[in-house]
Amino acid sequence: MSAVIFFLAAIGVIAGAIGVVMLRDPFYSVLALVSHLVSLAVLFLLLRAEFVAAVQVVVYAGAVMVLYVFVVAYVGEEAATIGDRLRGASSAVARTRTLAIAIGGCLLAELLVALLGTGLKAIGGYGAPYHSGPKTYGTPAYIGELLLTRFLIAFEIASFLLLVAAVGAVVLARRRGGIGEEPEPHITPLHVFRPLGTGTMAEGVEGRMPAAQAGAGLAAEHEPASKREPEAVR
Amino acid sequence: MSIAWYLAVSAIVFTLGAVGVLTRRNPLVILLCLELMLNGANLALIAFSRMWGNGDGQIFAIVVMTVAACEVCIGLGMIVAIYRRRLPIDADELRELHG
Repeated sequence: MSAVIFFLAAIGVIAGAIGVVMLRDPFYSVLALVSHLVSLAVLFLLLRAEFVAAVQVVVYAGAVMVLYVFVVAYVGEEAATIGDRLRGASSAVARTRTLAIAIGGCLLAELLVALLGTGLKAIGGYGAPYHSGPKTYGTPAYIGELLLTRFLIAFEIASFLLLVAAVGAVVLARRRGGIGEEPEPHITPLHVFRPLGTGTMAEGVEGRMPAAQAGAGLAAEHEPASKREPEAVR
Repeated sequence: MSIAWYLAVSAIVFTLGAVGVLTRRNPLVILLCLELMLNGANLALIAFSRMWGNGDGQIFAIVVMTVAACEVCIGLGMIVAIYRRRLPIDADELRELHG
């Protein structure tokens, strides 16, 4: 029975992974990843990791994938058209792709040799004996005790990492003056320290001279030279 | 089922993710394929954890999931920022990360 469930779930896992890689539309890729994650949770259940399986379905397939779907719906349309435009562009793209698939094949062969060739003698078993009970291996109580005693530092660092990531995402994706409006002003330290109306090239190009000083400057230019002389001497 | 079967599935999933990262150009799909690679690693961790009857591997898997969530958070934030600047959403054209 467990063998049947294993093969069904493994086929789901691998088919989902192939779907993520092969499907053209990013939206369908996300949906394939959701099916992949749910099948993977079944594999975790077979490995007696109940809590991790529940977290996988609820947090990963539930929350993170919803984030993906939102971003794909926000961005996806233009991405598809750009991809189509590039796809017909050159044959170098196709050559790169075959090279990448060959590299992936080598990687798979290497991993399988490493796992099945040499490792099989060590890992040929069916795992440690499992006794059911309230606080046995894999239950939330067991995981919680481990997280809050032995792995407390890792737990705290992970929570801090989540905080940093949340702040970083807000900083990265915040709206800077809206879409389609003028770009944000380019401010350098010179704009702060340099007095206005000193006749630099930036003022001439960008028109940064304030109106009052500009008028004063023009008036001073049109005055007769005799009136300006005392100031110059002084 | 023997633990080796789970490790074979994990290797296949990891390789598929690596192929996806190498072949796809849409940063969104590259992020999805990174998730695949992390999931392959998770499956191996949990299989070894089951093999030894020791919960440490499961804690590792949970921490990997946390890191994956952070990575998704930052990656999607970057993609939204790229989209806002009307740059092409294509990993080949986004070679440089200057402003």
